[in-house]
Amino acid sequence: MTPVTYLRADSSAAAIALGAADGHRLLGGGTNLIDLMRKGVEQPAVLVDVSGLAAPITEAADGSLVIGAAARNSDVAAHPLVRARYPMLARAILAGASAQIRNMATVGGNLMQRTRCVYFADAAGSRCNKRVPGSGCDALGGFTRYHAILGASPACIATHPSDMAVALVALDARLHLAGADGVRSVALANFHQLPGDSPEVETMLAPGEMILAVELPPVQPMRSTYRKVRDRASYAFALVSVAAGIVVEDGRIADVRIAVGGVAAKPWRAARAEASLRDGPASVEAFVQAAQAELAQADPLPGNAFKVQLAERTLVAVLTDLAGGDA
Amino acid sequence: MSRVQNVIVGTARSALSWVPAQWLPGGTPDPLIGRHGEIGRQASRIDGEIKVRGEARFAAEVAMDGLCYATLVHSTIARGRIARLDSTAAETAPGVLLVVTHRNMPKVASPSLVSMSDPTAVGNSDLPILQDDRVHYNGQVVAAVVAATQEQADHAATLIAIDYEAAQAETRFGQAKSGARIIPSLLIERNHLSFGKAERELARAPHRVDNLYRTQWQNHNAIELHALTAAWVGDRLTVHDTTQMIAGEAAALAKAFGIPRDQVQVLSPFVGGGFGGKGMWDHQIVAVAAARMVGRPLRLQLSRESVYRIVGGRSATEQRVAIGADADGCFTALLHDGWSVMPPYGACPEAYTLGTRSAYRAKSFEILQRHIDIAVVPNTFMRAPGEAIGTFALESAVDELAHNLAMDPVELRLRNMPDKHPITGAPFSQHAQDQAWRDGAARFGWEQRAAKPGTRREGEWRIGMGCGGGSFPYVRMPGAAVRLTVRRDGTATLACSGQEMGMGTATVVVQQVADRLGLPLSAVTVEIGDSALPAAPMAGGSSQTVSIAAAVLAAAEKLPAELLRLAGNSSPLSGLRAGEVRMEGEGLASASEPARRETFRAILSRANLEEVSVTASGTPPLEMLKFAMHSTAAMFCELRVSDVTGEIRVDRLLGSFDCGTILNPRTAASQFRGGMIMGLGLALTEETLLDERSGRIMNPTLADYHVPVHMDVPQIDVIWTDIPDPRSPLGARGIGEIGITGIAGAVANAVFNATGKRVRDLPITLDKLL
Ligand SMILES: Cc1cc2nc3c(=O)[nH]c(=O)nc-3n(C[C@H](O)[C@H](O)[C@H](O)COP(=O)(O)OP(=O)(O)OC[C@H]3O[C@@H](n4cnc5c(N)ncnc54)[C@H](O)[C@@H]3O)c2cc1C
Ligand code: SF4
Repeated sequence: MTPVTYLRADSSAAAIALGAADGHRLLGGGTNLIDLMRKGVEQPAVLVDVSGLAAPITEAADGSLVIGAAARNSDVAAHPLVRARYPMLARAILAGASAQIRNMATVGGNLMQRTRCVYFADAAGSRCNKRVPGSGCDALGGFTRYHAILGASPACIATHPSDMAVALVALDARLHLAGADGVRSVALANFHQLPGDSPEVETMLAPGEMILAVELPPVQPMRSTYRKVRDRASYAFALVSVAAGIVVEDGRIADVRIAVGGVAAKPWRAARAEASLRDGPASVEAFVQAAQAELAQADPLPGNAFKVQLAERTLVAVLTDLAGGDA
Repeated sequence: MSRVQNVIVGTARSALSWVPAQWLPGGTPDPLIGRHGEIGRQASRIDGEIKVRGEARFAAEVAMDGLCYATLVHSTIARGRIARLDSTAAETAPGVLLVVTHRNMPKVASPSLVSMSDPTAVGNSDLPILQDDRVHYNGQVVAAVVAATQEQADHAATLIAIDYEAAQAETRFGQAKSGARIIPSLLIERNHLSFGKAERELARAPHRVDNLYRTQWQNHNAIELHALTAAWVGDRLTVHDTTQMIAGEAAALAKAFGIPRDQVQVLSPFVGGGFGGKGMWDHQIVAVAAARMVGRPLRLQLSRESVYRIVGGRSATEQRVAIGADADGCFTALLHDGWSVMPPYGACPEAYTLGTRSAYRAKSFEILQRHIDIAVVPNTFMRAPGEAIGTFALESAVDELAHNLAMDPVELRLRNMPDKHPITGAPFSQHAQDQAWRDGAARFGWEQRAAKPGTRREGEWRIGMGCGGGSFPYVRMPGAAVRLTVRRDGTATLACSGQEMGMGTATVVVQQVADRLGLPLSAVTVEIGDSALPAAPMAGGSSQTVSIAAAVLAAAEKLPAELLRLAGNSSPLSGLRAGEVRMEGEGLASASEPARRETFRAILSRANLEEVSVTASGTPPLEMLKFAMHSTAAMFCELRVSDVTGEIRVDRLLGSFDCGTILNPRTAASQFRGGMIMGLGLALTEETLLDERSGRIMNPTLADYHVPVHMDVPQIDVIWTDIPDPRSPLGARGIGEIGITGIAGAVANAVFNATGKRVRDLPITLDKLL
């Protein structure tokens, strides 16, 4: 690991000021960044620790919930309001990593964690366009089990590994970003970027900006869940995951929200599936049709073609389950 | 592993078949068999308390003044040479004391490859270690950095710039098959066996199966990383290592560094898991050389990535198993052949056909292994090398045949149980696998299995049951020596260089010494883990306990004569000869007149001696050659497969074992369970991602290489027959590796029973079931 200077920010203003400089990086729980520094993938000169910043979870006047970026993943999952109103979020968080890691990991760090592509992680021995723009992508033609089936490009086929982000996208979360020019609010769905020609650009965070908080708008009561499919029962990243919520009134779908994880460089809001379902019947045929509508855009690789079918089946099973006896 | 060896072993075997059994070791069964004492009791581990307290010192925790730290640099190409190596930046980095490369590494000969005939041959690779600019596999050590702190060494290692001139390398299993070679023997067994006309029998059998099975590369993942702390004082070398071959390593280091054997001390009192991976690899040679070069004690603890790069694991295999059976299900042909990797610089033949030779009776056999050479870190012994994956193929095939015959798979196995070695005809020393099958089936509730696949379900989950037979040969290593000391205060100590890797070896040694000497457990201590002690063999082949036990037996047979000599004329024992006394009640007693007795304390006090010691070695393990000796098992599995996702959840496992005397139910159960869990990893989750384009391992981390986690591990039930083996010391056979055998077959067969899908390709990941 390259020697690094460690600073601790005592306010977000200080963090923004310190974090803006070249070679400076914010540090949350360190569960991803420190690992990558040990592997030589990340080499910041200065770490600005933001994990100690106040991170209240508060209810705003309009009923939305605001979660500070330094809140620990486990605290968010255990929070009574999260559990009561956004159970799919609590489930998604608890489906990720291990208890120890969730105790350390922050919300900001979770959203900003890097891909788990094994070629990205192999700084010594593999080529990677995300790590070294323009150098090539050794994942193409290599191990692609955990790689994208949606929205990838010839430059990069990596996925975003977060479980939490999948639920947040389904819940229409917004991010409060703060920089030298003040605070702005963006939809999480737009925050992560597809790779295109520049896979090194992963989010819309501008240099010197930080995530201040996550805002969850109020939702009407709905049946919702998070289902994660992985290679062992726990402590593995998603091959495919589905966050979904549904409101069925008189056999018709009054509201539906679906996001899929493990399939793209961003938590994938399944807008086509939602559109095909909205106001339609809550039937298995409709669910199959919706899943297929979404996955028609899939462009899998030899090593991950099964994920198209896996995603379809998981989507259908989750929606069928949520629609209950009606379907 | 030569033709000569085949001839020698073959000759010894046929000669021994004429020798009456009573003349051989185990000819008269060990007197401790069947006696109720400490053996067989659930003693707690003697090192449990210090481990729980964190007081057990492992190799990377030994404190030393002036200690410095090393990090390895690995090649990133599979084959070629180093065209340019620039270490200037590393050498001038903070804290750096030394950069070792092929340019300044002293001349050191690599240890000789592991061999059954030479206990000092313990090398896993005989490639030169930093001796030249050649690269032979991706991940090979190309440099090492020594610095004042680990962090400084780690950082400086990243500053070494290397340009390679890559050469053509074969890194693809499939491509390399055409160049496969056939070696004459697998360890001490002949490789090619042809008995009857198996292909012809197969062709005319009314029922047959004939399929290919594949298993993937696996890596060692002992929780304790490979590590050593090495210190030179003049020409004396002390190495604290984590190793399963203490005596062999001391001898090998002495040879490599050109110093007398008694000037090397290897200490390894605790090993945090070995499983075959904690042998000699390049890092010990590099660390010991570097410590000498810097003139300071040095620690090299491999990173997890380094373990993956330079410590080999289990080779991938492609195996064909074919079985022909008559209308009653009796096997008329059993064929097992295939391919695995063994580079010319490696030593492990991955003997996946060994178990097949003694598992079932058959009219004809055809068995052959082919070895292919690809540019990879040499594969090595990994818990039941061979059997773990060989039983997957064989036991899957038996299940497939049972299905074709519409016969219960347990019944089919019972029908083909051998009553002697099916090929050599040697008598079994003891064999009750049939009982293991019946006991296991009854306890597991096997009768609840639906004969028709895919018929049981709960919600989206399909439920299935499967079984598989397991086996592992009895091995006793020649040359085990021990020193047994009895003291005036009534205590005794057994000393040998054995290795405690968490199996409970030390605990079981204490139990048997207590029984042999007639002492309470609390009076017995054990000293192991030090090459200065009488040399025990390596911990491998599930052989350590019986190898040491034979030496303990020999020492206990020597001790009475010594004590009687000391007892003298005024002792109640006076006039008795060694053969006329027994050790019991903390002393000696006449066998015919038990009232004539005297305690060790009394004898030594009168002789005015603090202690008496005897050193002894076990008899040569000829019983192995005369008898067919195997631990066997019957494994049962119940699991669920999601109809939606193909995910598998194992709900129940049961292992039913026939392994001779169970010396300590607690440590034995934990060996069995541990093996079975490793078997689940083999069956379901573990796979080294070896990128065939580059020969590079892409998942060298515990996050990306999936060992089973707690949630993958179900309730595991273990039972055993506990029938002593009359031919082995204590009536015991090996138990350390058998637990992993048979499991992958049981799991695959349960998956078939649940879904009707036959997966012949490990690990059984969900995509194979969609
Ligand atoms: C073995 C293992 C298994 C895992 N399994 C899963 C899993 O199954 N599912 C899952 O979802 N995750 C999993 N994770 C990932 C884990 O969730 C992330 O490592 C964690 O959420 C990162 O949070 P952190 O606070 O530790 O981030 P850090 O490592 O501290 O930082 C990560 C990144 O976020 C940036 N950052 C931190 N805070 C801010 C901020 N406020 N504003 C802007 N940028 C910021 C940092 O600069 C850095 O680039 C796993 C991790 C490990 C090590
Ligand atoms: S998929 Fe993306 S992250 Fe992985 S190697 Fe290719 S460019 Fe790098």
